[in-house]
Amino acid sequence: MAATQVLSKDTSVPMKNELLAGRTRAAMIFLLPMMLALAIVAGWPLLRSIWFSFTDASLVHLYEAKFVGFKNYLNWIDLPSGKRVYTGVLVDKGWWNAVWNTLRFGTVSVVLETIFGLAVALVLNAEFKGRGIVRAAILVPWAIPTVVSAKMWAWMLNDQLGIVNDMLQRLGIITEKIAWAADANYSMAAVLMVDIWKTTPFMALLILAGLQMVPKDVYEAAEIDGVHPVKVFFKVTLPLIKPALMVAVIFRLMDAMRIFDLIYVLTPNSSQTKTMSVISRENLFDFDKFAYGSAESTLLFVFLLIMVTAYIKFAKVNLDGSTQ
Amino acid sequence: MAMKYLKSTAFYVLVVFIVVQALFPFYYAIITSFKSGSHIFEITYLPNDFSLQNYKDVLFKGNGTFIRNFWNSIVIATSTVVLSLFIAVTASYALSRVRFRGRSLMLMTILAVSMFPQIAVLAGLFELIKGLGIYNTPYALIFAYTIFTLPFTVWVLTTFMRDLPIEIEEAAIVDGATPWVIIRRVFLPLMWPALVTTGLLAFIAAWNEFLFALTFTSSMDTRTVPVGISMLSGNSEHEIPWGMIMAASVIVTLPLIALVLIFQRKIISGLTAGGVKG
Amino acid sequence: MANLVLKNVKKSFGSVNVIKGVDLEIKSGEFMVFVGPSGCGKSTLLRLIAGLEDITSGTLSFDGQVVNALAPSRRGIAMVFQSYALYPHMTVYENMAFGMQLSGGSKDDIKTRVEKAAALLQITPYLERLPKQLSGGQRQRVAIGRAIVRDPKVFLFDEPLSNLDAALRVATRLEIAKLHHSMNSVTMVYVTHDQVEAMTLADRICVLRDGLVEQVGTPLELYENPTNIFVAGFIGSPKMNFLEGKFAESYKAHTIGVRSEHMEFVKKGGWQGSVIHAEKMGSDTYSFVDVGSAEPIIIRETGTSRHDVNAKVSVAPMDGKVHRFAADGKAI
Repeated sequence: MAATQVLSKDTSVPMKNELLAGRTRAAMIFLLPMMLALAIVAGWPLLRSIWFSFTDASLVHLYEAKFVGFKNYLNWIDLPSGKRVYTGVLVDKGWWNAVWNTLRFGTVSVVLETIFGLAVALVLNAEFKGRGIVRAAILVPWAIPTVVSAKMWAWMLNDQLGIVNDMLQRLGIITEKIAWAADANYSMAAVLMVDIWKTTPFMALLILAGLQMVPKDVYEAAEIDGVHPVKVFFKVTLPLIKPALMVAVIFRLMDAMRIFDLIYVLTPNSSQTKTMSVISRENLFDFDKFAYGSAESTLLFVFLLIMVTAYIKFAKVNLDGSTQ
Repeated sequence: MAMKYLKSTAFYVLVVFIVVQALFPFYYAIITSFKSGSHIFEITYLPNDFSLQNYKDVLFKGNGTFIRNFWNSIVIATSTVVLSLFIAVTASYALSRVRFRGRSLMLMTILAVSMFPQIAVLAGLFELIKGLGIYNTPYALIFAYTIFTLPFTVWVLTTFMRDLPIEIEEAAIVDGATPWVIIRRVFLPLMWPALVTTGLLAFIAAWNEFLFALTFTSSMDTRTVPVGISMLSGNSEHEIPWGMIMAASVIVTLPLIALVLIFQRKIISGLTAGGVKG
Repeated sequence: MANLVLKNVKKSFGSVNVIKGVDLEIKSGEFMVFVGPSGCGKSTLLRLIAGLEDITSGTLSFDGQVVNALAPSRRGIAMVFQSYALYPHMTVYENMAFGMQLSGGSKDDIKTRVEKAAALLQITPYLERLPKQLSGGQRQRVAIGRAIVRDPKVFLFDEPLSNLDAALRVATRLEIAKLHHSMNSVTMVYVTHDQVEAMTLADRICVLRDGLVEQVGTPLELYENPTNIFVAGFIGSPKMNFLEGKFAESYKAHTIGVRSEHMEFVKKGGWQGSVIHAEKMGSDTYSFVDVGSAEPIIIRETGTSRHDVNAKVSVAPMDGKVHRFAADGKAI
């Protein structure tokens, strides 16, 4: 007893439990490999990419790159005639065209995928024979590599030999065969078609998970009260799955805004579908404008950063809680 | 009564439409891949030829480049997944089970990295890979793919581990288990389903990747399958070998579809738990 | 074999104070039960003793040695959890042997101890089974067996019976009581929200409310001499009758409390009222009588009652069986 009293006087500052101290220490050690890996493979390259955008780096002269300030973004030369000519990404028509294409593609694809995904999810949420088969079937487009789906659709959308034109002609929707991928008027439609086909399943599954968390008795109560199903959908179902929907939309939006492979393979040369990722890679590696391409990729990064921050703020998405 | 029939008929029409649109492109690729010679120029809805010529061409023409690419894809995707899972298991234990300052900030960072536009790091990664001397080797891709597989696996495993009952861990603590022993002897045996799911999803992501594979490899025999397929060309520049491309597509996709169908339920739960890219 | 002393122990999670200064001594070999309503901090207190949570301030000592900083595995404790917390992928044998394996016991030693514990709890036939192949009661025995194998100085139970059905709960309660008798040198600390469990198992009970100790004593001390209204109301079933106002004034108290078995029907005098309901249990009858107090008075009679519902009756407390409480709730 006496010993306890002496000791307790010494411990006016409480001693930390070695268990918890040990756990915190272990946690730090456990996190170290991941943090190192992410720092090396993501953090450092990101910083270097941003740095390159402020230099005159080219593919051949990567290591002799010199700082040039904002010249890649905006620069001007005063001609002897007194005329001032602006250069740089920010006044590059090609770049703004890519921005416009990206936004157009992102918005249309995500909106349509959400609507179709919701429809498919509602179907899958109903109980019917063969539901398992449908669920398995819609996973197929998701599992097929993007490059492969691009090729498969390129074949189906081929102007002379494509089965899509054949179908549309048989149905009497078109009379002339369309060169979907090559014709500037249709290339965006072609890209959208493939992307929607491939990505709607992902949307549907995320929304379905949200739907399945809605308790059944909510519907039963609505049915007993004689509420029309359409009204139930808008007044009950939609508000309840809104959190899941919001998360699905932001993930898809982020994904759509950085699209590269589908467009690179399906419509390689169409200015109508050239997106920010495509144009910036083109400058980086194909046109030997490494620094200029870096500036474009940096702008895309900043753009997405602003977009996702704004989205989380305004839509009040709780990414953490939504997972469980 | 009639109304009810109409409704259920309409519903099944919708169901059939969903299934057909989902499967038709792949079906069409299969029937095309069996067409040889001039059959390829006939638009048919049902198979009209069963030639294996396209498959033979893909596999054995061009000195086995395609087989080489296929093997590259397997090695790279598998290594990436194993590496990521290895790092992710301990990290997600720390993130899900230990209270420490800055934990939610770290989780948000991980999520942010997983949503990263890959193009934003492309220039820096290119420099790093050149600098490390691994350009145009499988290591370049294993290295680069960590950028999306690692955050994804950490995120999914963290949500999974958070759901493991806390009392089991506390029982192990009372039994004298250190965090490492808890992971190895208590949690890992309980996590096999989650590891399989996460690994599979990460595998698919690595298998399908295109941008890095296109940028960090430069020769025929270091390419992965997606790049290989995108570059398949025929005898002349203007003749696209559709039959061969479809055969290659089928070969690349069949293993994936088999995996997806076998692990259907797990994949769906993993996708929705992770909520990350498809 | 350990004597536990808590000195002004406090625990807060962030700005929330859960344990607000507990002084308590648990004697060696004693069966101490922490009881209280949910949120009173009883489980937290147990977890502080186990070492699963950090003590914010104050000291906890085992046999005079301060153990605040000691990891759970080095405190000589064993714990039985509410959800059993068996390792699902290990057999019963492996579950029970795990702790000893980690501390580096020899194979033979482990085997002897596991088999001894298994025999004691009659789970020997299940040693090679997985937890999911066992019933709830069997699982709880395995959990207890796992704790026994550790040969602890202090045995901690965190609501171990609350996942069992009523019949099994009584049987397992008896099992734990027997365990205490056969291991009478081991100190046991048991947390429950069920005052019947507390009364039947405890050597001493510690009633907690809102992070503070309300009263510590043997079950009968608590039953007969509660030091405040809270303990009086919490211990005993049915709940003690409380009366205020004019009923209490004649006893010179703010509130008076009388247990149902200390009320009786009287011919004259007492409080007039009518029977509003009677619960006939066979062995006893509980009559609810409305005498104009806030709540009807419950009166327990052995056997069947002679009073019908709506009958006009007079009731009175027995002599010397009235608990008197001041306005602050303390017993007078």
